[in-house]
Amino acid sequence: MLRYLVQRLMATIPVMGVVAIIVFGLIHLSPTDPAAVIAGDYATPAHVAEIREQLQLDRPIPEQFLAWIGQVLSGDLGDSIFSERPVLQLIMARLEPTVSLALMTILVAVTIAVPIGVVAAWQARTLLDRALMLLATLGISVPAFWIGYLLIFSVALDLGWLPVQGYASLSEGLWPFLSHLILPSVTLGTAYAALIARITRASMLEVLGQDFIRTARAKGLPMRKVLIGHALRAAAIPIVTVIGLGFALLIGGVVITESVFAIPGIGRLTVDSIQRKDIPVIQGVLLVFSAVYVIVNLLVDLLYTLLDPRIRYAA
Amino acid sequence: MTGNVTSVLGTLGRRLGAVSGLALAGALAAAPVLAQDETLRVVIHADLRNLDPIWTTAGITLAHGYMIYDKLYEFDSAGVPQPQMAEGHTVSEDGLVWTITLRDGLSFHDGDPVTAQDVVASLERWWQRDGMGQTLAGVTESLEAVDDATIRITLSEPFGLVLDALAGVRGNPPFIMPADVAATPADEQISDYTGSGPYVFLADAWEPGSTVVYERFADYVPRDEPADFMSGGKVVNFDRVEWVYIPDSTTTMASLMAGEVDIWELVPPDLAVAMEGSPGIVVERGAYSHGVIRPNHLNPPFDQPEARQALLHLVDQSDVLAAAIGDQALWQECAAYLTCGGPYESDAGVVGVVEEADIARAAELLEASGYDGSPIVILDPTDLPDLHAVALYVGQQLRAAGATVDVQAMDWSTLTSRRTSTSPVSEGGWNILVTYTGGLEAASPLTNITLAANCENAWFGWPCDQEIEDLRSAWRTESDVEARREIAEALQERAYEVVPYVPYGQFFTSRAHRDDITGYIPGTPISVYWNVDRAE
Amino acid sequence: MRSLPRAFRTDAQTSAVKPTGTFATTLSRLWRNPTASFGAALLVLLAGSAVLAPLLALHDPLALVPAERLRAPSHAHLFGTDMLGRDLYARVLHGGRLSLTVGILTAVICSLIGLAIGLVAGFSRLADALIMRVMDGIMAIPGILLAIALATIVGGGVSTIVLAIAVPEIPVVVRVVRGVVLTLREQTYVEAARSLGTRPGRILIRHILPNSLAPLVVQATYICGLAILIEAYLSFLGAGIPPEFPSWGNIMAEGRGFVLIAEWIILIPGAFVAATVLALNLLGDALRDMLDPRTRRTL
Repeated sequence: MLRYLVQRLMATIPVMGVVAIIVFGLIHLSPTDPAAVIAGDYATPAHVAEIREQLQLDRPIPEQFLAWIGQVLSGDLGDSIFSERPVLQLIMARLEPTVSLALMTILVAVTIAVPIGVVAAWQARTLLDRALMLLATLGISVPAFWIGYLLIFSVALDLGWLPVQGYASLSEGLWPFLSHLILPSVTLGTAYAALIARITRASMLEVLGQDFIRTARAKGLPMRKVLIGHALRAAAIPIVTVIGLGFALLIGGVVITESVFAIPGIGRLTVDSIQRKDIPVIQGVLLVFSAVYVIVNLLVDLLYTLLDPRIRYAA
Repeated sequence: MTGNVTSVLGTLGRRLGAVSGLALAGALAAAPVLAQDETLRVVIHADLRNLDPIWTTAGITLAHGYMIYDKLYEFDSAGVPQPQMAEGHTVSEDGLVWTITLRDGLSFHDGDPVTAQDVVASLERWWQRDGMGQTLAGVTESLEAVDDATIRITLSEPFGLVLDALAGVRGNPPFIMPADVAATPADEQISDYTGSGPYVFLADAWEPGSTVVYERFADYVPRDEPADFMSGGKVVNFDRVEWVYIPDSTTTMASLMAGEVDIWELVPPDLAVAMEGSPGIVVERGAYSHGVIRPNHLNPPFDQPEARQALLHLVDQSDVLAAAIGDQALWQECAAYLTCGGPYESDAGVVGVVEEADIARAAELLEASGYDGSPIVILDPTDLPDLHAVALYVGQQLRAAGATVDVQAMDWSTLTSRRTSTSPVSEGGWNILVTYTGGLEAASPLTNITLAANCENAWFGWPCDQEIEDLRSAWRTESDVEARREIAEALQERAYEVVPYVPYGQFFTSRAHRDDITGYIPGTPISVYWNVDRAE
Repeated sequence: MRSLPRAFRTDAQTSAVKPTGTFATTLSRLWRNPTASFGAALLVLLAGSAVLAPLLALHDPLALVPAERLRAPSHAHLFGTDMLGRDLYARVLHGGRLSLTVGILTAVICSLIGLAIGLVAGFSRLADALIMRVMDGIMAIPGILLAIALATIVGGGVSTIVLAIAVPEIPVVVRVVRGVVLTLREQTYVEAARSLGTRPGRILIRHILPNSLAPLVVQATYICGLAILIEAYLSFLGAGIPPEFPSWGNIMAEGRGFVLIAEWIILIPGAFVAATVLALNLLGDALRDMLDPRTRRTL
């Protein structure tokens, strides 16, 4: 187990290395002087020169990269052009709302999607199955902000059940915290849930066709025990995988959702930085989110070994 | 297949329920209750980026300044500077020596008293940056603290606008800071936010891009006079003011309708009209703005007066305002370069603009200017819907007059950097930009910076006309009201000949608040949050 | 990272593809599938409206009519007007041209680049290791964020947006193509061809390309839909195509501030986006089910 863990951890190093190269390289894709891009629209020539000096842009690119990666590894992601604060500090200050939103979304999405997938597989090729799957396909086709505005009109404004916007920290009470997260998590979770429902159905179907299920049925076990006790457990690996891989979708959606619901998280930070062409912040967010994504998928990989010990050898 | 859906879902639900239930129990245990009754929540018009109102002129930074700082003088609604931190002043016979006394009870947020030394240090930093301040500095021989409560300004020549400069609302207002903070070089930003104003800035609660929090300054002693425009007693009725920045106007509107916020500082015109009559919401007109279509005087064809005059015939204010602002209640046609409703409103020399567009005449003038058909670059700030509309309108009119037009889309912050380019169009330069200025500034030949025609020192677009400049300096040195009016008229006549810019009329900004909010001072160029109260 | 396709279509497990008849028979089978034919019909309708936009829309999509701003849908303006009084029906139909172009261009570019890289990776063990490391790296960056970053840094324009959307999707195609090549390389008839001295180029054209085509078309269909969705997101966030000419995304972006008083500006182009992406996803699902015998058995 330990060896496997170390092996998987090592495998993430080249991945993060490539991520770092891409993020570093972005700045050099700019059609104009990278120093001018980093300095921003309001910069004076003196400030541009200072940045050029600081990033050692006159040195060969590999040397620049090494200098930059050294900074990053020591936790220095540069400074924001707009607020002139350290990027890492900005990201950390925005962490809580985004993490809360992501966790809530996963909870909501899995709670909705897994039962839908199970039912669709069980009722395969019936009208119910087709309707559910059409709904799921629609779910990954509708722009998230569209759903967001719809929810704001109906649930928040017409019915007045939930707040329109903003974020309340858990320290302000459980209901404020939850109520502010419900609409955003449904908005963000729709595509994610649709994805999980589709994969759940597909893997359940595959499992349901296998011998041990037929045996279990033949032994007279009730359907719900077969579905949940046997089939769902066996189908869990692809489902867990898609929860991990779908995390990328979640992160992308955070950017949209937080801007519609005015949640002061990393997504909002990203959107504001786009409008201000605040390149260092965008780079920082890319790095951090990619790292989180890689770690989440590493955890998912480790979860496999719990779900199915055979994996260890197969990997 | 057989089985029953509910029992399957039930089992699943129990499993997931067990997990989430555990999480909820943990959360409940950690949740104290917070009372937030005495908080005023305001949706501000822009994100607060810099905290030094002497370093930047950004409206939101000035608004922050008015929260935490105080000034010697403030304008009342009649445009007269009234003492604020000052008790009063005396002027010597020859008008050269001004002596200002501070009123009692002034103290900084850290408890230190405000002294004349703080005032001197603050003014010395201020007048290195502010336009009016520079003018004052130019005629000042000495500025000194006579004792702890007395400041003396000795002028080298008579200057009628000393108090006007000290009460300046926009630009960089002369806010009073502690002397050690004011010792910061003027080209560096301050890092200590101690003021003596009615609110204290909570640096720890500041979330850039989202929230700014202020607390009532318990030891603030307001003046006895009632609040009037920027002047009078700055009485605070809320323990806490939260500024929220929400870039999405749809979300903001929904939030105000749901009663989650109390005030929306700057409402887009269409939404203001739509919200009128909504239950629980009051919509009000704010300050008015003066529309500016600015040709670049350096690049052909607008280096020629004929081409600029062509623009006067192409623009029909009622069309452009209908497209940009919408509801007619929120705008008015106005051909006066120094604004309608201001002291120098005039119809002298007006050409086009308030008449129906005369495309044929414009085409003739464009032809006469020697326009060669090369693309005319219009800078189009697409993130500001009203200006976006004006840019598209100007493009459409120029096309109708036979010009080739290149409407270049960008956001406002990109535009603010593009507009600084003095290069030819082929090298990243530009021909036309659209913007607006505050009505108050536009009303005076001194502060209407878009009217200045001092060549390379002029505002972006760089008009160059000695006659305009002569008239502006004549106005500045003249103190007789009637004579000033005559000079202003001559200025407008000249402006309609050389066209430093095309005025496209004036329009009101709007603001909205919940109907239980009272005492929100109207018409100020910067929104201020003293005097505001919540009705019982 | 495990060899799994990207999140959006992880259920499109296209790994072990066996040769499955000709493309023509696939098409005819597709036509008999109700979901696929529904998707196809919807797509033809939407694409048709875009192509025929100049004939179907009587108004100029760019003309400002201040007197007619923010009109609700009516006889005069089928979809209403926007904040500048422009006819939304004309704008949405014309916008479809740009949006679909972005979708198709992205799909084509992804397929071509992905195919080329995938073939190299499949044939050269040396290049494979390097290429797959790079692909893993690209895949570790959430796609929308990478597109945002590229679009913001390089600046507007249709070609930039297409590239920005395409880059994060290329690894998916590379993996699919590489998978096909690796599977086929071991297969007896390819082995046989090789041992008979058939030149690699010939093997490529005879065996590899025809077998890659099916899964490639499936992926291209999904990517096309995804690209249309991401274009809408990028525009919405202010990093999209400059709004000189309408696309579904920037029509919605311009209408963003008016949702509460003129909801049609966002609802209608949003419905067009949703319908197009739905049609492409349904078509993609149907294609995948037919081309992949393993999933055909179960789905």
